[in-house]
Amino acid sequence: MAVIELEQVNKTYSGGNGDVHALKNVSLSVEEGEIFGVIGLSGAGKSTLVRCINLLERPESGQIRIEGREIRSLSERELRLERQNIAMIFQQFNLLMQRTVLDNVCFPLEIAGLRKKEARKQALVYLKTVGLEDKAKAYPVQLSGGQQQRVAIARALASHPRIILCDEATSALDPQTTKNILELLRKVNREYHISIVIITHEMRVITEICDRVAVLHHGKVAEIGPVEEVFTNPKTKVARRLLLIRESEALEDEITENEEQAETSHTKEHESKSLRVIEGGAHAAN
Amino acid sequence: MPDLGIDVLFKGTNAKRLLEGLWVSVRISLISVAISLTLGVVVGILMTKRQKAIRILTRGYLEIVRFMPQMVLLFIVFFGTTRVFGWNLDAEFAAVVVFSFWGVAEMADLTRGALISIPKHQYESAEALGFSGRQTYFLIIVPQTVRRLIPLSINLITRMIKTTSLVMMIGVVEVLKVGQQIIEANRKSSPNAAFGVYATVFVLYFLVCWPISLFAKHLEKKWAVE
Repeated sequence: MAVIELEQVNKTYSGGNGDVHALKNVSLSVEEGEIFGVIGLSGAGKSTLVRCINLLERPESGQIRIEGREIRSLSERELRLERQNIAMIFQQFNLLMQRTVLDNVCFPLEIAGLRKKEARKQALVYLKTVGLEDKAKAYPVQLSGGQQQRVAIARALASHPRIILCDEATSALDPQTTKNILELLRKVNREYHISIVIITHEMRVITEICDRVAVLHHGKVAEIGPVEEVFTNPKTKVARRLLLIRESEALEDEITENEEQAETSHTKEHESKSLRVIEGGAHAAN
Repeated sequence: MPDLGIDVLFKGTNAKRLLEGLWVSVRISLISVAISLTLGVVVGILMTKRQKAIRILTRGYLEIVRFMPQMVLLFIVFFGTTRVFGWNLDAEFAAVVVFSFWGVAEMADLTRGALISIPKHQYESAEALGFSGRQTYFLIIVPQTVRRLIPLSINLITRMIKTTSLVMMIGVVEVLKVGQQIIEANRKSSPNAAFGVYATVFVLYFLVCWPISLFAKHLEKKWAVE
């Protein structure tokens, strides 16, 4: 059964330089328990697409069904409840800096009406799932980017969602940390049977864990299907272009791996910084 | 050692009079600051609204305050209103009005800046976690805004305190005016009093503003992010 169905979704932004048609008749469905990727070049409408699924953005027309229920007609209150069912993680992690890791995970649970004690108990369970139970008392600033994203994932899991939306969740992380976070997402997908939608501009994310993929181009779905199929037999220009990007990403990984071996004497912090620089440079080249 | 003219402070009730003058300055500042901080936050929130009328109004207000010297404002409110409307305003009251008028505008601008510096994804993240609009605003956005706001507003407070020295121009006898009176009265007996008295006034202002500045530093350190 499809857990998410979009049908003929349209979204336009009106700005100073005229209207931007961000989504044009987008239709797709995400099956229960699958990891669905959405890839596209920047400005393709990926972020808008994922925000339409939990109505952070309201489309002008089209249908959005979550587990068969049309959510565009829900009241504010019903929508808030529904959103606990659709967790979301972001590129910027969005933890509250003035609260501890544990409090960050507890906060939405308390807002949802859970007792403090009960919230803590649950939060600790999920911190364990993401491997950070020993950091419960730490503040977000004391954690690395990868660890902060793990906290965000724990926070997302704590409300028992059926769906997790990832908006460029690994784009701020280096390749190794990206791999670890993706492994964690796959584990979450299997163990809790949560369907995942991943928005990304990185081919490595798609090939690493996605079951199916949609290629978004200028607000339209250019291709959709199992990852293998779409990229072994690309029908559109944009899909072929993405393939080229994959090649360059692979090359980039190879280079960084070599560098890692060459600079083993450096501290880990230093390494991850230099990786990020390389990654950034490569993207600029793309 | 040269005569620093400090001795006048120990004559009669001079020291006490200076401190009384200081209290006048501090009183004007405290009232104006209290009004500025509370009203300023409200106006600042209004400034982030999209309504065009509100935007134009607050924008105009801010620009007026920005370009008008405080002294001119003081003169307009104290002398100008007497001529035009026949109001006989108490000088201290006029001072509070002018400083609040200024402080509210600056505080509003700081608040607006702090509010719009909270990235959009903070709102999105809270909403995606099931927070209502109101909960997002008061539990996620406002606490972060306050943190950014406190060091900035403390800077404003110290600026307001030291600018109160202008109110002697409309006849308020505050610390600086008292100092001048002491100097004038002792022109013959201690001609160097100008140095001693003004130095003392400087120290008094310093003693008022320094703890506030220390407090700001303390908070900044405590809340340092990254």
